[in-house]
Amino acid sequence: MSQIQLSHGGGGEETNRLIREMFYAHFANDILLAAEDAAVLSVAKNIAFSTDCFTVSPIFFAGGNIGKLAIAGTVNDLSMMGAKPLYLSAGFIIEEGFETAKLEQIVVSMAQELKVSGAKIVCGDTKVVPRGSADQIFITTSGIGGILKPGISANRLNEGDVLILSGDIGRHGAAVLMQREGLGVRGNIQSDCASLWPAVEALLRYDISVSAMRDATRGGLSAVSNEWARQSAVCLELEESAICIDDAVQGICELFGFDALDFANEGTFLIAVKAKDAQRALECLRGVEVSKNAAVIGRITRKKEGRVILHSAHGSSRYLEPPKGELLPRIC
Amino acid sequence: MSRLELKELYAGFRDAGVIKALSKQISKEAERLCEPLCIMEVCGGHTHTIMKYGLKQLLPQSIEFVHGPGCPVCIMPKERIDQAIALSGMKNLILVTLGDMLYVPGSLSTLAKERAQGCDVRALYSPMDALAIALQNPDKTVVYFAIGFETTTPMTAALLQQAQEKGIKNLLFHINHVLVPPAVDAIMQDGEARVNAFIAPSHVSVISGAKIYRGICENYATPVVVSGFEPVDVMQSIAMIVRQKNEQRCELEIEYSRCVTMEGNLKAQEMIEKYMKPRENFRWRGVGDIPFSALELKVEFEGYDAEKIFASQLPSQEIDDHKLCICAKILKGLANPEECSVFGTACTPNQPLGSCMVSSEGSCNAYYRYAQV
Repeated sequence: MSQIQLSHGGGGEETNRLIREMFYAHFANDILLAAEDAAVLSVAKNIAFSTDCFTVSPIFFAGGNIGKLAIAGTVNDLSMMGAKPLYLSAGFIIEEGFETAKLEQIVVSMAQELKVSGAKIVCGDTKVVPRGSADQIFITTSGIGGILKPGISANRLNEGDVLILSGDIGRHGAAVLMQREGLGVRGNIQSDCASLWPAVEALLRYDISVSAMRDATRGGLSAVSNEWARQSAVCLELEESAICIDDAVQGICELFGFDALDFANEGTFLIAVKAKDAQRALECLRGVEVSKNAAVIGRITRKKEGRVILHSAHGSSRYLEPPKGELLPRIC
Repeated sequence: MSRLELKELYAGFRDAGVIKALSKQISKEAERLCEPLCIMEVCGGHTHTIMKYGLKQLLPQSIEFVHGPGCPVCIMPKERIDQAIALSGMKNLILVTLGDMLYVPGSLSTLAKERAQGCDVRALYSPMDALAIALQNPDKTVVYFAIGFETTTPMTAALLQQAQEKGIKNLLFHINHVLVPPAVDAIMQDGEARVNAFIAPSHVSVISGAKIYRGICENYATPVVVSGFEPVDVMQSIAMIVRQKNEQRCELEIEYSRCVTMEGNLKAQEMIEKYMKPRENFRWRGVGDIPFSALELKVEFEGYDAEKIFASQLPSQEIDDHKLCICAKILKGLANPEECSVFGTACTPNQPLGSCMVSSEGSCNAYYRYAQV
C-alpha cells in the first residue's frame, strides 16, 4: 500500500492492517495492544486532562512535522500544569491518496517524541476522508498526566514573582512562515518544536516554588503574557532586551513586518516563580537541553492590573498588546 | 568579501546608547527653541517608529508630533473600496491586492468579508506575484488593486511592463497610487494646521528624490528632513530640525543619506512616467478633493485599466466616514487618536470604524497597538 485509500478507514481488513502495521508497530505498549474498546488505566487521584487538534501547513517543516507537534503539544499542555504526561489518545483524519510513507514518517516521529516524556499512546482512531475533504492529514491528541505539584495556575500569580522565559522566541512561527508557498525566502530557521517535560520535571524535582507556567504557542509571548495579566489581575513588566530573538527570526520579521513577540512557539514557555527561587530555577532550567537558554525577562507588579508593560533598553515603556487580526492560519 | 548580515542594516540604528545620547542632545538644544516644535511626520511608518520605540517619552514637552496623511490605506475613500468589492464579485475575476486593503471597510463590506463569502480575493506579498496568478488562470481576469505612495508605484509600473513583454492579456490594473507633496500642500493651505516642521519619509525619496519637498520647504518656510525609519534615524532627524530652528534655517535636509539623494532613482521615475500620468482629481479620505494628487494609467494603456474597462459596472458615489469617526481631523493633524470618542471602544483593529485603525501604518492603529505607559 503506497497510498492511503478510503478502505483504510472503513473498519474492515484494510483498517486492521493499517492499525497493526503502522500504529501498533510504532506505538506498541500493553494497554494499546490489549485492543479493547477503551483503554483501561489506573491513575493517581489528581490528574490533568487536555486535548489539541493539529492542522499545521506544511505538515513537514524545518525542525519537526505535524506528528512531533501533536505529541509535544499535548505533552506540553499537561507539563504546564505540573503534571507528568502519562497517557495519550491519537486521532488521525487522513485525506484519501495520502502517501503511506509520509504517514509512517509522521508516526515514527510521534513515537520518538513520546520517549522524551515517557508518555504512551493508549487509544486512537483513524478516519479517511475523500480527496479534497481534508488537507493531507489532521491529528488530534488528548492526554492525561498525574499532577506532581498541585496549585500551579495562571490565576494565582503574585506580586513579586519573577518571570523566566525558557529560550529564544518565534522560531516555530518563522519556520512555518518561511516554508509557506510564495514567500520565496530561505534561511536556517528550525522550529523550536519540543517536549518541555524534562525542563518542568527538573523544576519540580528541585522543588522550585512555581506559581504558573504556560507554553507560548499561538499568539506567542504577547498573547501568553496578556492572558496572565488578565487572569490574575496583575501587571507583567518585561525587559525587552532580555527577550532573546534569533537573528534569522528577527530578519523574517524585518522583511515582512511581523513582530517576533507575536510569533508562535512550540517548545518555549514562560514561568513565574517566587523571587527567592529565581536563581535556582534558572540553574535548573539551564541544565536541561530544551531550556538551556532560559533567562529572567521580567517581574510581576501591581503597576497596572491586567496589562503588560514592555520596558526598552533606551528608557521608554509601552503596553504590550495581545496580537490582533488575522495571524498566520494553520500554524499548529 | 564578507557577507552582509541583515542585522547590520538595522541593529546600530536601534542602539539604546545612541538613542539615549540623542535624547540628551535634543533636550539640551531644545531649551533654546523660540517656539514649541510641532513636527508633522508625514508617513505612518514614522508614526509607528515613534510609538513602538516610545520616542515621545524621550523628548522634551516643547516637541510635539502631528501625524500626517501618509498611509496609503488610511486615505483611501470608501467609494474606491466599494469599487474593489464590486470587482471582486464579478464572475471569473480574481482581485489581488496588498494585505491591509482586505480589512478596510467600504460602505457595506470589506474585501475579507467578500472573500469569506466565496469571492476570489488574494493578498500579495509582492505585486510581481500577480504575474504568476494571471499565468496560472488564463481563463480568468486578474485585477491588481494597486495602492501606495511613490514608494510602491514603480513596482506597479514594472508589473505592467512585464505583463506587456510576456503578452499577458488577462492582468488588469485598478490604480490608486497617490503622491505625498500635493497632500502636504492641501493640509498646509487649509490654514488650520499648526505644523512648523516636517519629517519626510525616506522610502518615497529613495524613488522620487528629496527634491520633491523643495516646494514645501520654501512655500511654508519650514524645515523638512528626509528621515529613515529606525529610532536612531527619527531621533537624529528631530535633532536636525531643532538645530535648524535654533539657527533660524528652513532647509531641506537628508538624514537618510544611506540611500536618498536629491535626484532619487531616475530609472524608477522614468518607469512611472512611461505608464502613468497625474489624475485631475483624487478624493482623499478625510482631506477631500486634491487636484493632481494621484496617478492613473496613460491613455495608451487603457487596455489594462480596470477602472476604464469596467467603468459602467463600478460604483462612483462618494461616501463619507462614520459620523463618530474623526479620521479626517487626525489625518490633518488637528486631533490625536486618543481624542476620538470611539477610539479603542467601538473602533479597534478587529472592528475598525475608521481607516486609521485598519492599516498597520495608520496612526490610530499605532496608538492602539503601542499604547504608551
